[in-house]
Amino acid sequence: MCADTVSLIIFSPVIASKAKAGQFVVVRASEEGERIPLTIAESDAAAGTINLTILKRGKTSSLLCSLNKGDYITDVAGPLGIPSEIEKFGTVCIIGGGVGIAPTVPIIKAMKEAGNYVISIIGARNCSGLIFEDTIKKYSDQYHVCTDDGSMGYKGFVSGFLSQYLKENPGKKPDRVVAIGPVLMMKAVCDVTGPGGIKTIVSLNPIMVDGTGMCGSCRVEVDGKTRFGCVDGPEFDGHLVDFGLLNSRLNIYCDEEKVSNEKYMEKHECKMKI
Amino acid sequence: MQNENLKPARKKIPRNKIAEQQPASRIKNFSEVELGFTTEQALLESERCLMCKKPKCTDGCPVEIDIKGFIELIKEKRFSEALEKIREKNTMPGICGRVCPQEDQCEKTCILGIKNEPVAIGKLERFLADYGIKNSKNNSQGDTGLKNNNSKKIKAAVIGAGPAGLTCAGELAKMGYAVTLFEALHKEGGVLVYGIPEFRLPKSIVEGEVEYVKSLGVEIKLNSIVGKTYTIDEILESGYSSIFIATGAGLPYFLGIPGENLNGVYSANEYLTRVNLMKGYLFPAWDTPVKKASIVSVIGGGNVALDSARTAKRLGAEKVYLIYRRSEVEMPGRIEEIKHAREEGIEMVFLTNPVEIKGENGWIKKITCIRMELGEPDESGRRRPVKIPGSEYDIDTGIAVIAIGQGANPVLTQTSPDIGLNKWGNIIADDIGKTNKKGVFAGGDIVTGAATVILAMGAGKVAARAMDNYMKTGVW
Ligand SMILES: Cc1cc2nc3c(=O)[nH]c(=O)nc-3n(C[C@H](O)[C@H](O)[C@H](O)COP(=O)(O)OP(=O)(O)OC[C@H]3O[C@@H](n4cnc5c(N)ncnc54)[C@H](O)[C@@H]3O)c2cc1C
Ligand code: SF4
Ligand code: FES
Repeated sequence: MCADTVSLIIFSPVIASKAKAGQFVVVRASEEGERIPLTIAESDAAAGTINLTILKRGKTSSLLCSLNKGDYITDVAGPLGIPSEIEKFGTVCIIGGGVGIAPTVPIIKAMKEAGNYVISIIGARNCSGLIFEDTIKKYSDQYHVCTDDGSMGYKGFVSGFLSQYLKENPGKKPDRVVAIGPVLMMKAVCDVTGPGGIKTIVSLNPIMVDGTGMCGSCRVEVDGKTRFGCVDGPEFDGHLVDFGLLNSRLNIYCDEEKVSNEKYMEKHECKMKI
Repeated sequence: MQNENLKPARKKIPRNKIAEQQPASRIKNFSEVELGFTTEQALLESERCLMCKKPKCTDGCPVEIDIKGFIELIKEKRFSEALEKIREKNTMPGICGRVCPQEDQCEKTCILGIKNEPVAIGKLERFLADYGIKNSKNNSQGDTGLKNNNSKKIKAAVIGAGPAGLTCAGELAKMGYAVTLFEALHKEGGVLVYGIPEFRLPKSIVEGEVEYVKSLGVEIKLNSIVGKTYTIDEILESGYSSIFIATGAGLPYFLGIPGENLNGVYSANEYLTRVNLMKGYLFPAWDTPVKKASIVSVIGGGNVALDSARTAKRLGAEKVYLIYRRSEVEMPGRIEEIKHAREEGIEMVFLTNPVEIKGENGWIKKITCIRMELGEPDESGRRRPVKIPGSEYDIDTGIAVIAIGQGANPVLTQTSPDIGLNKWGNIIADDIGKTNKKGVFAGGDIVTGAATVILAMGAGKVAARAMDNYMKTGVW
């Protein structure tokens, strides 16, 4: 697995037994920690564990990534959000970008188990960012890889690949596309699927606090209406989502994140150098 | 101080003023504004009580505390017994003494208040609670012997650790039930920890109450969202004989005007949760940030709005506007909070309502407001605010906090469609808390809509008695 993504296997039997594809948990990494949402990448009811895959980005994710085997996480609450709509749609194309690959895993599994023909497209900056390859391959009828630098598979973005694929296979229009990843990637995928009217579901990742509909921090606009990402989502019809607003709201705490990060780095620099 | 000397002149004793942090310094910190009565003040205040033959104060108290009784015990300096007297009816005097709207309750009906200022009942209640904490040995809150009385082993569940849930759980535990309290957040207290700020209700007081409930043997499961982590039916099936739902009014309302999703526009729930529960005022030592701006506008006129405005001031805002569509007399906030907010320089903009929020590059810059005038009274008896056409004007602002009310959060009820709801999504329960679902009771804000701490506590207590009866007899 690539250096800046880490998978945490957390023992939480209740959540593991309940979690459905598309759901997330809210995690707090320390007593002073913030509450952040993390999508469940895998859950194993028998073992009582869930897998959370995290990209090291801000302080909280770095803190989570620095945990060792046997460590405890202060708080984990969930499973939250409305599960993915899983049905036999026919052909389903599931697209994961970067750390967004992880949450596609349970959806790919469930879509396959529901009897769909599953086309998986995963993309990352370079080949070291491609995660969960084996599991995804196992449950996919077609498996495609894209890297920005061309170090593996198609050179370019997943949206570029999708566009090419649709052109080359005009008769095989997917009945549904599910795209999870960075905002720009999800928007680009929707731009590709829009003209052909392919229903495209995206999983939104707005800033959250409680994750239970209590604060409204996670407001997104879908079809011109305000919705709460945590309880009305996280999945929405991508063609109706205001991605500009989502992107803008994701940057609310840019300055504060910098302060937090710098402080964290100061403290942990020596550790990291080793 | 000699009681004898004071008696003849007692009516002339003016209502004792509680010591407070001065406005100029308190707006720079989050410590409690009011410092509490000294023993001398409490004794002097108790002398003001007329010891009426037919006291009216108790009628005004939603949980019918024997107010005259406890004041008499204060006069005799029997503080521990006075506190016990309150606890017969109210297990959280330290909280109620601080946040009850006494001016609408006990102090409103106080007979001394007809011609003079009423007895400072709330302050005396708080004095006793603080006394109890300082002298915790004499205080039944330390009594943990009950834990082992738990012999019946009948299991009862409570959902939501706000004042209603904590009270109900405590009462059931005292009756000998094995009680599990499920709480969605990572900390107990409900609005008392995420909403009401430290400067009005120190969190240590709430923690003390939570510890007490735990000491009675209540098992608390945090991070447990009923409706997600568990459902009501699963709880019933796993051996709980009865359930009390006390999930509060946690759904923030927005204005529904253009621009409301711009960066810098908060619901009061989010703003206060970031600051109180997540300790955003201690950022970056604590991780949760909260935006600051030199001009902050808060929309609303209740306690939530006042708490938000005063919080903004403490976060360093130079100007804080409180924009309210009615006039001062209609403000639902506690009188004391309105006074404190004024002293702290909060600018009240009455008869004004936002119609649009304008921004630049995704961030809020101005609120367009329209002036209102008061028309005919509405259903609440308050005069309805009516727009004055053409009176729109802009207020520059860096942050807006919307504090216009909260509704019922549907997370639990969505997964229990068999529990009856009214048109606002509140659970329908009768006056002892019974819902239409066998074994399931509900109370507090989830039933009444956003109300008060004391009403929520009262509901928890009443329901505990009804649950006991149901669990004993099986009669629904
Ligand atoms: C900012 C603010 C200031 C206030 N000031 C005053 C005041 O000065 N005086 C006064 O008397 N009243 C005041 N109030 C009102 C008062 O706080 C409430 O009426 C009271 O807290 C209601 O108590 P409750 O127990 O019903 O609900 P809450 O206090 O809301 O507690 C509900 C609890 O249930 C939990 N919960 C919700 N859903 C679930 C679920 N699905 N599963 C598990 N747990 C769940 C919540 O996390 C919460 O902990 C104020 C309210 C606010 C917001
Ligand atoms: S609980 Fe509230 S109403 Fe009752 S005596 Fe105390 S302050 Fe007054
Ligand atoms: S995160 Fe608070 S309402 Fe969605």
